[in-house]
Amino acid sequence: MHLIQRFKLDSIFLPLGAILVTCFFWYVIAGKSVITEKVDDFGDKIKVTKREGLSADLPTPVETWTASKLYITEPFAKRGELDQGILRFTWMSLVLVAQGYAIALIIGTPIGFFLGLSKKFTTAFDPIIQVLRPVSPLAWLPLGMILFSGVKIVNGDGRTTFGASDAAALFTIAICAMWPTVMNTAVGVRAVPQDYLNVAKVLKLSKWKTLWKVLVPATLPYMFTGFRLSLGIAWLVIVAVEMLTGMPGVGGFLWQQYNANSYAHIILCILTIGVVGYVLDRLMSAIESRFKTA
Amino acid sequence: MLELDRLWKTYDTPKGPATIVKNFNLKLKEGEFATLIGHSGCGKSTVLMMVAGLSDLSKGNMILAGREASGPGPDRGIVFQSPCLLPWMTAYENVMLGVNQVYFTASKAERRQMAEYYLTIVGLGDAMHKHPGELSQGMRQRVGIARAFALQPKMLLLDEPFGMLDSLTRYELQEVLLELWRRNRITTLMVTHDVDEAIFLSDRVVMMTDGPEAEVGDILKIPFERPRNRKEIMEDPRYYELREHLITFLNDRSHIRPSREPQFKPSPDMAAELAAHAFPFPTAAA
Amino acid sequence: MPLIEIKGASKGFGPPGNRTEVLKNINLSVEEGEFVVIVGYSGSGKSTLINMISGLVKPDTGTASISGEVITGPGPDRGLVFQNYSLLPWLNVEENIALAVDEVFKDWTPEQRKAHVAKYIAMVKLTPAAHKLPKELSGGMRQRVSVARTLAMQPKVLLMDEPLSALDALTRAQLQDEIADIWLNNKTTVIWITNDPDEAILVADKVIPLLPTSPATLGEPMIVDMERPRDRKAINHDARFKKLRTQLITTLLDAKGRTKVKASVKITLPDILPEDLNYVNSLQFLNRSGPKRRSDKNREEVEVAA
Repeated sequence: MHLIQRFKLDSIFLPLGAILVTCFFWYVIAGKSVITEKVDDFGDKIKVTKREGLSADLPTPVETWTASKLYITEPFAKRGELDQGILRFTWMSLVLVAQGYAIALIIGTPIGFFLGLSKKFTTAFDPIIQVLRPVSPLAWLPLGMILFSGVKIVNGDGRTTFGASDAAALFTIAICAMWPTVMNTAVGVRAVPQDYLNVAKVLKLSKWKTLWKVLVPATLPYMFTGFRLSLGIAWLVIVAVEMLTGMPGVGGFLWQQYNANSYAHIILCILTIGVVGYVLDRLMSAIESRFKTA
Repeated sequence: MLELDRLWKTYDTPKGPATIVKNFNLKLKEGEFATLIGHSGCGKSTVLMMVAGLSDLSKGNMILAGREASGPGPDRGIVFQSPCLLPWMTAYENVMLGVNQVYFTASKAERRQMAEYYLTIVGLGDAMHKHPGELSQGMRQRVGIARAFALQPKMLLLDEPFGMLDSLTRYELQEVLLELWRRNRITTLMVTHDVDEAIFLSDRVVMMTDGPEAEVGDILKIPFERPRNRKEIMEDPRYYELREHLITFLNDRSHIRPSREPQFKPSPDMAAELAAHAFPFPTAAA
Repeated sequence: MPLIEIKGASKGFGPPGNRTEVLKNINLSVEEGEFVVIVGYSGSGKSTLINMISGLVKPDTGTASISGEVITGPGPDRGLVFQNYSLLPWLNVEENIALAVDEVFKDWTPEQRKAHVAKYIAMVKLTPAAHKLPKELSGGMRQRVSVARTLAMQPKVLLMDEPLSALDALTRAQLQDEIADIWLNNKTTVIWITNDPDEAILVADKVIPLLPTSPATLGEPMIVDMERPRDRKAINHDARFKKLRTQLITTLLDAKGRTKVKASVKITLPDILPEDLNYVNSLQFLNRSGPKRRSDKNREEVEVAA
């Protein structure tokens, strides 16, 4: 009984302590405003504010909070195209991620199945896949822009709702996030125990039935591991894509605030991106573990 | 019912072909329960897999119910050492997978009844909607047995079906198997290395010599009446004679290959089997 | 006074309300130098019983004692051999055994300890493999190391929890003979747990069935008064062996049969026959609406001369 209680308290207080320690170090290296009184050329006394510290321009935790409060307390406010509540930005990014991610899964899963099922297919396409896999999202985006330069969907009042940059963004997310799904599905299909396939053979199950009753369920745990990793990558890619294209979203906001010298907002963005990534990963592993036990 | 005629199994290895099974002959009558016994690695499972169609014949013929058999199919029900249940389906669904397949002309209600009937007989009436993960090793194997019987195959192939179970659970499952077999005497070929299991279950025990190049070393008829009762059999004086015959073969004679011994004298039961085949005794040249 | 004595012990697990009683009214007494084998079904509480003696589990009621003293926790006077060997994979045979010996005989000189280790390695016939790592040994050899390690600590009693269950039949037979031999030279008290009745009769002085009632309880002990060393082949002719074997197996199987709740359900076997899937594409299914039936088989048309 004691042990259980202690364990629960530990799991709250230890992380809390670590956060406090981190904030302290942040505070130590952050710049502080120092106000000095000076007599200027006209003989007037003026107050001069100067930033001093290890990293003079880095805001302290308290300054960060003060500057970001508005974005957090009114998370869905819209004050302008690039001045919106943080959750509103997050939502925009998530929508884009969801679209790109869906494309990644729809394309990646069948490719994974083909790779797992056919040795010839693997031999043929493995070199291409291995070369394309490590390419950075930053490298894909310009290619996407060129590929989809003609894409333009205009709505009634003449505004572009889906343009080349949207298409390029989706393309980049999809092609970068696809690989974990492809690889894990292929490994999963290859790992289906011969026993299960024997069952299908002995019962003379049709190809279609073998796929849906044996292969897919047996591969599901692997597929979901791939899906989870893919989602993580999609979320990494979105920030880079938004920064480069200037689309509204957490990444776009981050870049815009950097240009506007609002450093506190950059920290807000980083924390938001981290928390959202963490939540997505937890969600996916919850789904994943459900399929593991089945 | 089943005729295995000069079955060979060879694998190509870098050092030339390796013969696993050599010149294997056996005839099973309709409704006979035969057991292959031998040391591990002697190729007894290879023979069974060839009959199942999961392993190709290198040479020889296999005739099942008057027809040349090739490729696997539900007319030969198999129970593997591990029950090979699909873990994402319940026990019932696992049985239904096969039932739906072979009784596709029957009504849904009849198919359901079929699966429920066999699952109940093997003692899973209350647990049929559980997933394999929630069942003990012994219960899983019961599902495997029910699945095989529910398809009413022409032949039943059992590959060390109780090999992974502890001795006492094994005894229980042997009774379950006999109970099902009493209701539907499907011609059965079983592979085991358990002497007691072979005697208790089968009509005939086929002893295989050590591999590679394994062949039939001896054959023994089990004379006990059916239905069999374990206690009565264990108290029968013939039981320990049969048991000793098998143990002596496994311990002392399993290395003797009849085809290489000019002086080999087959036991009466083996002579009877040899006489059933139209060709002479396999020789070293064969 | 018996070396190990359990009196009226019972044990259950789980919180009140959702409690499973595992053992009930366990009475066991093992004399010094005795070889006792307890036979039972897997999952019937055998391990709980041996853990009670080893001190890993405390009985809810009753007592377990060694040399008259109540067992409160594990101690070096009771050596445990597990099914899974539990050897340290980065230490070789000699080092694995030395680890235990160094711990127990701290006041010995290094030479004494080395000689002691060598003696026990020789006892299990592993001298040529003394410098091999566990992964280079077969399962049977690993279990021999495990036995040597436990014996080297010179416990008052050797507790073996299904020591041979993970091994194949041939190795198992070999190790049964070997352990019986070691015991004959050594006469350490042994309590061995197994699920194999043949194994039990072959090695034991006294076989006790653990009856799978719920909760489980120990049955009548059966004394195996056959000379040692026992030859596993010759024993087949021994009337005492046959009788004991039948008695033990039927006791255990009957006890299991009695625990089953008898309920009769009415189930019917539907009268359908399997289709031949080799001819799925043939036209025969088109002119037949239902399945093949057994009764059709019996309803052959026979032409009779009028």
